[in-house]
Amino acid sequence: MAERAGAAEPAAPAARGPHRVAPIMGTVISIDVRDPGIPESVVDAMLARLEEIEARFSTYRPGSEISRIARGELAEAAASAEVQFVLGMCDDLHRTTNGWFDARGHRTDGRLDPSGLVKGWAVEEAALLLDEAGARNYSCNCGGDVIARGEPEPGRPWRVGIRHPDRADAVARVLAVRDLAVATSGAYERGEHIRDPRTGKAPTGLLSVTVVGPSLTWADVYATTAFAMGEAGPAWVATHSGYGALAITTDQRLVWTPLVEPLLA
Amino acid sequence: MPKRGAVALALTTLALVLLFAFKTPDVAPIAAGRNTALVQPAASSAPAATPKPATVPVSEARPAANPSAAPVATAAPAAGTALANGTDTGSVVQTRFGPVQVQVTIAGGKITDVTALQLPNDRQRSAEISQIAEPMLRSEALTAQSAQIDLISGATYTSDAYAQSLQSALDQAAHG
Repeated sequence: MAERAGAAEPAAPAARGPHRVAPIMGTVISIDVRDPGIPESVVDAMLARLEEIEARFSTYRPGSEISRIARGELAEAAASAEVQFVLGMCDDLHRTTNGWFDARGHRTDGRLDPSGLVKGWAVEEAALLLDEAGARNYSCNCGGDVIARGEPEPGRPWRVGIRHPDRADAVARVLAVRDLAVATSGAYERGEHIRDPRTGKAPTGLLSVTVVGPSLTWADVYATTAFAMGEAGPAWVATHSGYGALAITTDQRLVWTPLVEPLLA
Repeated sequence: MPKRGAVALALTTLALVLLFAFKTPDVAPIAAGRNTALVQPAASSAPAATPKPATVPVSEARPAANPSAAPVATAAPAAGTALANGTDTGSVVQTRFGPVQVQVTIAGGKITDVTALQLPNDRQRSAEISQIAEPMLRSEALTAQSAQIDLISGATYTSDAYAQSLQSALDQAAHG
C-alpha cells in the first residue's frame, strides 16, 4: 500500500524470541522462537552445536570422521563416542527395518552415509539447548525437516505446509501440529539419492513421504525408509507407535495413515 | 472501495492460477476432498496385519455433477480481508492460451466456489478447473501469511535452493 508509514504503522508485534536463518549441513536452518526472554546466545550455541556435528559427520568434508572411516583411515572403534553412537543407531535400524534403512549402501556409490539419520538427530540435539533454556514454543526447520514445539501463538497450532512434489512454490496440503516433528523424504530435491537396497534402483510408487511423530530423528529416518519402500511405506510407518505418514503417490493421490487424519488442516 | 478491491484481487489471482494450470497441463492435481477421506481402522489395533492407509483418489475429489466447479474451502482469503457475500464475475483475462474468466461465490467472507465462465479449451475444462483448489493455496502460500502457513516441510532443499523455497518467503515475511 502506498499509505504513509508513521501514524498508520501497525502496532508492534508481541514480544518474541530470536528468529534466525543460517546455512548448515548443505542446507539452511530456520529457528523461530516464540517465547519472549530467550536470548540470542542460545541460538548461537545451537548453531555451534550443529557445526560441531557437521564437522564430525559430513560426507562432503574430507576431514570429517565419517569421511576418514569411509576411506579406511579411521577405525570405527577409534571414532568419537558420538560417531559410534550414531553408527550404532544406524546398524540397529538396518536390522529393525530388514535392510530398508542402510547407512552403508543406499547411496548410488555405496559409501558410508549416515546422513539419513544425522540431520534429524542433529536438529533435535540443537533443540535440546532451547528446551534447557526454558523455551516451550518454537520451531526449527532444517531443510524441510521440522520440529514444531508448542504453539506459534496461544491457542493456535503450527501450520506446516507440505511441499508440492512438482512445484517448489506450492504446498500440497497443510498439517496443523503441536509438539510434533515433521520430516519429508522425496525425489524432487538433491537428485534421486535414495535407493531400494534390494534392487539398487530408485524407489517407485511415491513422490514424497511426510512422517509426523514425537521425535525428528525417527520421523526423518522413517520418512527416508518409507520412501525407499514405496507404496508400502506409509503403512509401515503406522506400525510405529506415535508416528503417522502422509504420502503423495506417483499417480497423484494423497495417502495418509489414521494418525494424520486429525492433523489435516 | 476496499471490498471490491479485494474481490478484484481474488479474481485476478484466480486468473493467474488458471494461467499456471495451463502452463502445466501434464500436472495432475492433488486436491483431496475432506469428505471423501476413507480412514481405515487404526493400525495399532491390529499389529499383525498390514494396515492400509486412507487413500483419496483425486477423481473422488472432483464434483462429478458439476465438473466446472471446484471447492476451494481450504483457500481462504487473506486474514482481515472482508469479502462481501454473493457472486462476483471477474473480467476476461487474456492468456497466451486464450481468454479466461471466472466467477467466485463468497459466503461468510470466504471463497466457497469457483466456476469457470470461459476457458480456452472446453475439452480441458474439468481437468484444469479441478486444479484450482491446489493452485489457490499455492498462490496464497507465496504471499505468505494469507494461508497462515508457519513452516514448510519437504525433501531436503540445498542451501542454494533455499532462496527459492517457500520457507525462505516465510522467513522473510517474519523478518519484514
